[in-house]
Amino acid sequence: MAKTREAYISGVGQSEVGVRLTRTPLGLTVDAVKVALAEAGLELSQIDGVSTFPGKSHGYLGFSPIGSDELIEALGIKSKFQFGAMEQPAQLSAIAAAAMAVKEGLARHVICFRTVYEAAAMSRPEEFAPLQHKEVSGGSQWTSPFWALSAACWTAQYANRHMHRYGLTREQLAMIAINGSKNAMLNPNARAITKEELTLDKYMSARLISTPLCLYDCDRFTDCSTVVIVSSGDALDEIACEPIRIAAMAGSCDRFSWDQVEWPAAYETGADLWKRTDYKPKDVDTVQFYDGFAFLPITWLEGLGFCGKGEGGQFIEGGTRIARGGELPLNTGGGQLGAGRLHGFGFAHEAATQLRKKGGARQIPGDPKVAIASSGGGPLAAALLLARD
Amino acid sequence: MNPPRPRPKLDDDNRAFWTGGAQGKLKMMQCGDCGEFTHPPRVMCRHCQSENMAATAVAGTGAIDSFSVNHQPWAPGLEVPFVIARVRLDGVPGVYLTTNIVNCPVEDVNFEDKVRVTFEEQDGIFYPLFEKAN
Repeated sequence: MAKTREAYISGVGQSEVGVRLTRTPLGLTVDAVKVALAEAGLELSQIDGVSTFPGKSHGYLGFSPIGSDELIEALGIKSKFQFGAMEQPAQLSAIAAAAMAVKEGLARHVICFRTVYEAAAMSRPEEFAPLQHKEVSGGSQWTSPFWALSAACWTAQYANRHMHRYGLTREQLAMIAINGSKNAMLNPNARAITKEELTLDKYMSARLISTPLCLYDCDRFTDCSTVVIVSSGDALDEIACEPIRIAAMAGSCDRFSWDQVEWPAAYETGADLWKRTDYKPKDVDTVQFYDGFAFLPITWLEGLGFCGKGEGGQFIEGGTRIARGGELPLNTGGGQLGAGRLHGFGFAHEAATQLRKKGGARQIPGDPKVAIASSGGGPLAAALLLARD
Repeated sequence: MNPPRPRPKLDDDNRAFWTGGAQGKLKMMQCGDCGEFTHPPRVMCRHCQSENMAATAVAGTGAIDSFSVNHQPWAPGLEVPFVIARVRLDGVPGVYLTTNIVNCPVEDVNFEDKVRVTFEEQDGIFYPLFEKAN
């Protein structure tokens, strides 16, 4: 019987990260591919798979302007594994799908990518007009008619309930955004997004979006492509960088509905992740948690058992525990609040960067070996346990 | 003056929900076999997969499970602040509605407040909003 192949992250790469960039989305994607290939020491001819989230978004190209077809065509990839779908539990599931493909032997090196172009698209409406519908249907008909038009309004329901039930405070919640801004100041790829450190005073006086969330609790539209190459354990002799093993994966969705679930899916996915590894929370050196809204990392901290349900606010109080030198450094590249709405893939990119000790000024101290990257919110969640072992 | 609310596209699954207010009724899809409710509504029961489904008028009362005071004008002319809430319906276990709490100042809204449905009509759609019950 053949031994089980492992799946590894080899090269990672990011294009320029900016707001209202004029470089084309395909150009940004290829820029990120080149950075990742260079780190991996791979040639394009060695790539035999492409995986993305969510695939080309024809309804609104700013959300996802490039699909897997287009990248295969543009780069001349002879693909043996192709994946790109909105219907998967959160962004990092596209990396999990690639990991399953290399474990099964369908491909050896899979380019996983997420390209976002929302800021540019908004600034060029004539070029990137959203499809206008006269009526709402599907899931949005249960929220949009009540002006709950943004995921901020949906996330706010969980966040406010946490405050009511468990005593989470705005001062505690502020630590997610403040920590993100401090780390972003040291991340060269975040320079266009965070220009000064956020203070508690500035946070507390910011305008409210949907209580308890204020402006700084919400990420901002960004233009960027992020690439993570997933390589087979059979092909490690072909890569030049230190391989990062995908030690466990989990993803869940039980109601495809933000308002019918009692708890965000991070709780179920978090518990599942530990069932698939011998590692324990105490082994984790850094966590990169989805922070499209500042409340979401609290659900991941609790869901993954770094603290009890309802204790996330106390866990992050004062911010020292989650700082770069703290016991559980969080979102060391700035997260989406500090480094832009890279939409999930930035967390895998930063986890691999930290485990390789290539974080430069933002590198966490010591000899990090285990990290978690997560994505999603509400009814969707996916998480990867990454290990340099 | 608020802009018109986004209008749901009517189909066999959702018509009773969005038009029940014409008779002053909040109608939820219920299974004739197992008795459970399916929401969002569908003409197949999500608990037992029976297709013996009918829209049932429910009490239209409930309690505020969670809420948020929305300050961001998401559409031009939208008057803020207003309350977006998640309401737990009496007699409809496991079902929540995202809705607005109306007819009171935003600061008067709190967790577990008892609420009742009130319909706002716009071009044949009866939006189920909620107001405090006492």
